Amino acid sequence: MSEDNARRTTANSPEANSAALLRVEGLKMYFPLTAGLLIQRAKGHIKAVDDVSFTIQRGETLGLVGESGCGKSTTGRAILQLYQPTAGEVWFEGNNLVTMKGETLRRQRRRMQMIFQDPYASLNPRMTVGNIVGEPLEVHNIAQGAARRERVMELLKIVGLNPYFINRYPHEFSGGQRQRIGIARALAVNPDFIVLDEPISALDVSIQAQVINLLEDLQTEFGLTYLFIAHDLSVVRHISDRVAVMYLGKIVELTDRHRLYTNPLHPYTQALLSAVPIPDPVIEEKRRRIILEGDVPSPANPPQGCNFCTRCPRVMAVCREQEPVFRDLDAGHFVACWLYE
Amino acid sequence: MAKLLEVKNLRTRFFTQDGVVHAVNGISYSLDEGETLAVVGESGSGKSVGVMSLIRLIPVPPGKIVDGEVWFDGQDLLKLSDDEIRQVRGNRIAMIFQDPMTSLNPVLTIGRQISEALQLHLGMDKEQAYQRSAELLTLVGIPGAAKRLDDYPHQFSGGMRQRVMIAMGLSCNPQLLIADEPTTALDVTIQAQIVELVKKLKHEIGMAIIWITHDLGVVAGMAERVIVMYAGYIVEEAAVHTLYADPRHPYTVGLLGSLPRLDDEQPGRLRSIEGLPPDLIDLPAGCPFYARCTYHIDQCLHENPPLAAVGVGHKAACWVDIRGVLT
Ligand SMILES: Nc1ncnc2c1ncn2[C@@H]1O[C@H](COP(=O)(O)OP(=O)(O)OP(=O)(O)O)[C@@H](O)[C@H]1O
Ligand SMILES: Nc1ncnc2c1ncn2[C@@H]1O[C@H](COP(=O)(O)OP(=O)(O)OP(=O)(O)O)[C@@H](O)[C@H]1O
Ligand SMILES: [Mg+2]
Ligand SMILES: [Mg+2]
Repeated sequence: MSEDNARRTTANSPEANSAALLRVEGLKMYFPLTAGLLIQRAKGHIKAVDDVSFTIQRGETLGLVGESGCGKSTTGRAILQLYQPTAGEVWFEGNNLVTMKGETLRRQRRRMQMIFQDPYASLNPRMTVGNIVGEPLEVHNIAQGAARRERVMELLKIVGLNPYFINRYPHEFSGGQRQRIGIARALAVNPDFIVLDEPISALDVSIQAQVINLLEDLQTEFGLTYLFIAHDLSVVRHISDRVAVMYLGKIVELTDRHRLYTNPLHPYTQALLSAVPIPDPVIEEKRRRIILEGDVPSPANPPQGCNFCTRCPRVMAVCREQEPVFRDLDAGHFVACWLYE
Repeated sequence: MAKLLEVKNLRTRFFTQDGVVHAVNGISYSLDEGETLAVVGESGSGKSVGVMSLIRLIPVPPGKIVDGEVWFDGQDLLKLSDDEIRQVRGNRIAMIFQDPMTSLNPVLTIGRQISEALQLHLGMDKEQAYQRSAELLTLVGIPGAAKRLDDYPHQFSGGMRQRVMIAMGLSCNPQLLIADEPTTALDVTIQAQIVELVKKLKHEIGMAIIWITHDLGVVAGMAERVIVMYAGYIVEEAAVHTLYADPRHPYTVGLLGSLPRLDDEQPGRLRSIEGLPPDLIDLPAGCPFYARCTYHIDQCLHENPPLAAVGVGHKAACWVDIRGVLT
């Protein structure tokens, strides 16, 4: 228990006292695994998010990267209380969302929005753009009638869409335009914090740049704080101030963008970065890749010790026995790895 | 190097209720034995249809190859009978696709699927085929291959399924491997495994590769030559080094400029290409990139530029010499 406490304080200490907008402490999200057709028996858990702690400063973009299934989306959803976390605390401006309920939670949640990966599936095809963007205004009793229409047109303009598109339907738009509609909807309630869950992954390369630029402009204009979830490390480097790397439900490394990309410490971060191709044949010829063996283990049955021990090129005996502590090695460079103990 | 494939003026259309989709609009290129050619371009630019037309895997109707020749090893594939083309496919030309789950049969074991291909194309008996299947799975790096022959596709991860597809593709020692976004659905660490594997196997087997992708990073690491497609046209073709160092089509320039890079120390604003590609049912008379192009001149609106030489082994379809105008 005392070790647990020590970890908590070190995990957040450099920023704990400054103006963090969001502080996540020991967040866990386990999904029950059930067996049996008629009588459902609990057969264990999928540890989708397993004891994750970090802070996000006001106006900051924290990038969250990692491979498919490592728990990025679940982390985002658990923060917004779209799931009831199994354990942990989510402090948003001094309020713990996990213990909040009903109207108070709803009022807090208005200030936190989410934008989803798939611009085709996330918009209701039977609603007009005006109703999609205006719905949150209605739900939260912000604006009705003519005022609402005016606000929707303003929002469309903000995200670079023609305000006269207000009566059109989602299928009349391209992927990039639909993602803009999703962004306009998220902005409708004047949020402080937005979870962006792979907002550009479904878009064409030439369209991705448009949306990234828009998100950066909006952040500057409205002082937004982002949790930017992605598996594309090049995009994350571009947009983030700090970056957290997740593997199998845990954050293995977290630091500012510069240090993460120029001096990655965790062997998983090193392998992940070395796997990303760089669009330059001269550089690619000289690059040496760390090729990881095998596949990511199942989160229902993570390995003992360090989660990464089954694929780590630098694994040691201790890694298979005991879990490394996620701690601050050097003024805000957090890593969970026995190599540095 | 001897020429393995020569595509001449290939045109493929889809006759749909909404109108005629001009998916591939007269593309010509060639490929040497053992060469790796990448095909890049945005979604809907005709990459898949262009390559599937070579081996006649276009659904007919609504699709139709309306013009062109595809010379492969001395014969025009477009003139072969259905039986003859089937002999070429999966034998001398192998294919792997983006989603290995849909290309594997979910109710047959992995071992059975590979060995059936071997029996069909190489005339092996059942036992030989099983033995060879295990060797192939080992070759593509599946641990404990012999024990996994009796597994079903769903028991394999996405990366492993893609390895199985590669093993099947390679089973008959093809002269040409066509890979349509084979790593797009995979994680980067698994993508790196697959790319390294294909590079190694290519070295060992000496096959030529056509690799379709939208990832200019993957292209930089594995291709020798690159074709850039836009709205069903080839707009630029060059050796890989030339394309990245000296792009001549405004679309290629825009594409390279719009990419955030992993090695970018001082990320500034990305240069996005505004606007959208044209509707393939209603293509403009002039250059298809006109509306999004920052270099255009009046001629571009009325006349579509042909793909013309701009350097040694380097072609671009643009009326403007953008080197003089580049900012
Ligand atoms: N509602 C759920 N019920 C059960 N298991 C779930 C649920 N949501 C997610 N999981 C599991 O939790 C793990 C983490 O999933 P999550 O969607 O958070 O991953 P991710 O990092 O967002 O992956 P991707 O990059 O593919 O989006 C996965 O193993 C997933 O199968
Ligand atoms: N069966 C079909 N019926 C009608 N149109 C089709 C059919 N198949 C393809 N097309 C059209 O042909 C054009 C070229 O499609 P193609 O699949 O070659 O694009 P692509 O460059 O491979 O794109 P992506 O990167 O999304 O795979 C598209 O406009 C597509 O809508
Ligand atoms: Mg996700
Ligand atoms: Mg395609």
